[in-house]
Amino acid sequence: MFRMRTLTRALVTASLAAALVLPLGCAKRSNELVVGVYGSLTGSTATFGTSTKNGTELFVDNLNTAGGIGGTKIRTIVEDDQSKPEEAATAVSKLIEQDGVIAVLGEVASSRSMAAAPICQQAGVPMISPSSTNPKVTELGDYIFRACFIDPFQGQMLAKFARSTLNMTRVAILHDSKNDYSVGLDTYFTEAFRALGGTIVADVAYSEGDQDFKAQLTMIKGKHPQFILVPGYYTEVGLIARQARELGITEPMLGGDGWVSDKLLEIAQDALNGSYFVNHFYEGNPDPLVQKFVSDYKQRYGANPDGLAALAYDAAGMLTSALTKLHDEDPKAFEALKGPRNDEQKAARAKLRDLIAATKDYPGVAGKITLDAKRNAVKAAVFIGIENGHYKFVAAVEP
Amino acid sequence: MQEFLQQLANGIAWGSIYALIALGYTMVYGILRLINFAHGDVYMVGAFTAYFAARAIGAGGSSPSPVYALIVLLAAMAACALLGVIIEFFAYRPVRRSSRLTALITAIGVSLLLENLGIRIFGADPKFFPQLVAPKRVDLGGGVVVTNHQITVVVVALVLMVALTLFVTRTRTGKAMRAVAFHRDAASLMGIPVNRIITITFAIGSALAAAAGVLVGLTNPKIEPLMGIMPGVKAFVAAVLGGIGSIPGAVIGGLVMGVSEYMVVGYVSSTFRDAIAFIILILVLLIKPAGILGRNITEKV
Repeated sequence: MFRMRTLTRALVTASLAAALVLPLGCAKRSNELVVGVYGSLTGSTATFGTSTKNGTELFVDNLNTAGGIGGTKIRTIVEDDQSKPEEAATAVSKLIEQDGVIAVLGEVASSRSMAAAPICQQAGVPMISPSSTNPKVTELGDYIFRACFIDPFQGQMLAKFARSTLNMTRVAILHDSKNDYSVGLDTYFTEAFRALGGTIVADVAYSEGDQDFKAQLTMIKGKHPQFILVPGYYTEVGLIARQARELGITEPMLGGDGWVSDKLLEIAQDALNGSYFVNHFYEGNPDPLVQKFVSDYKQRYGANPDGLAALAYDAAGMLTSALTKLHDEDPKAFEALKGPRNDEQKAARAKLRDLIAATKDYPGVAGKITLDAKRNAVKAAVFIGIENGHYKFVAAVEP
Repeated sequence: MQEFLQQLANGIAWGSIYALIALGYTMVYGILRLINFAHGDVYMVGAFTAYFAARAIGAGGSSPSPVYALIVLLAAMAACALLGVIIEFFAYRPVRRSSRLTALITAIGVSLLLENLGIRIFGADPKFFPQLVAPKRVDLGGGVVVTNHQITVVVVALVLMVALTLFVTRTRTGKAMRAVAFHRDAASLMGIPVNRIITITFAIGSALAAAAGVLVGLTNPKIEPLMGIMPGVKAFVAAVLGGIGSIPGAVIGGLVMGVSEYMVVGYVSSTFRDAIAFIILILVLLIKPAGILGRNITEKV
């Protein structure tokens, strides 16, 4: 009797386990590849996610219309992480475990990429962040890539621009202590700016989500800087600029690619006139590739693409160009990507990883992409100035 | 010194917002002995009502005008007064005879409901308040600069405090409120319509929260569905600090909170910004649990 019961229990368990696993394994045998996209479609950095989604979908749809990769279509599944790192981790787990994606594209914010990257690494699913610039992101594992430059470069360029082009020596910094990107950019800028003979007269912090920055700005005002570096995201940057002007601070501000958003000037109104920031992309670039992207984007979304949309477009391009190579070099592995989640598919994803890592001179709309040994893109930065509520191209800086 | 005075001025303006929210807390507590945790979320609804009202009448943008600002303010106050009455009727009235803990948990439930309804209806991404009144810098001398918005906030907070005090001490309704606060059953036996008085209390308290929401939108234009949580908690601390149930106490508590927040960020570190509120709360509870203006009442057993 006892034995019977154990046996029954074992059988029940086994069939339950099979019931759970089998549908996942058998369901997919269609002629498409599923790619996961996660980003902040809502929350304090909502334009980051929206731009990224638009850029990705534009590329993928163009590719599918042109016949996909040797007849195989790409299908994207987009998840919203509400601008929260913990939600980013949940979104990516869902994409990998439930949707069985073969690769992941995202995020913009470094904190959120860093929350999701370990999950991709663990599962052996390649992840390409279009625009996370903190160097730690790709250090999390060899399945993690990016399509943009990194903050040590961005920090150095900002320091050089401030010191040489604007000829300024005294800077105050207002950084977001809750944000890996902001803290990192602050550190790299400080190092480079000091090396060039500049002085940091104040370095104070705020926290993402703060409403009021006047206490910090009052302190900064007392130190008489020549400009203020705000290495944060656009929502806070806009509010900081307005409150600075209300306190009578007239010095220009300088920032990184966290400023890139069509909401920036809506929030800041005229408070950012005379300020500068770093971008990845310049829409006025006469390169026909860029112009086609800009006009396609405008036609589809009725707005100009920002730097983040351009990078998302490029990240999708990097991934599909590696997939195309896989299709040409190893059709069996390519087929395995469409199949069930087994060892064969895992080996195919490892091959895909190697091909992404070997990306060289990929012609992106935000510059040519060549990945270095640390899976970071090495490419030029663009400085944009703000004048009378309009963006103005200032300079492109090669690495 | 100049920097110190500037921080002080900003702190007073910021504290006035807390004071306005704290007034609502203190009124409801004074009458019902209920800590209305949903109060901070009513403040959020006030800010959003004003946002949509302003867009509906086309205020802000290129032609800021104080008249529009006043219309928006009144619309938000009216909407939130109604919301307060609805909350009281559906959530608190049914549990009024139950234990105080039941009412407290209900209040937390209402608060969560409002926050998540806010996310559902308004969306999770922040909105940016239109400019109802163009900001103007005002030099207070000695290098201290404030804006006309900040001055408005302080003046409105003080005016409402005085008006509320007069209302409670000088009018018949105010007298009835005090009677209900003193002994609800006895008041009822004396022919005071207790339900109506409590409804009025909620309406006024919620309207004050809405006023705070609009004024915050004026000075700090970012609004989002979860914006009420922290200010709500801090205003509660302000009410406790000033002596919960006391109207001038709420204002003093709010100002102390605002100024201490500015001093901590300006001279210590911004990471203590939120911590200072709770340090103050702990100190008050240890040293003078009744608060600055609160009276020590021995609890009846």
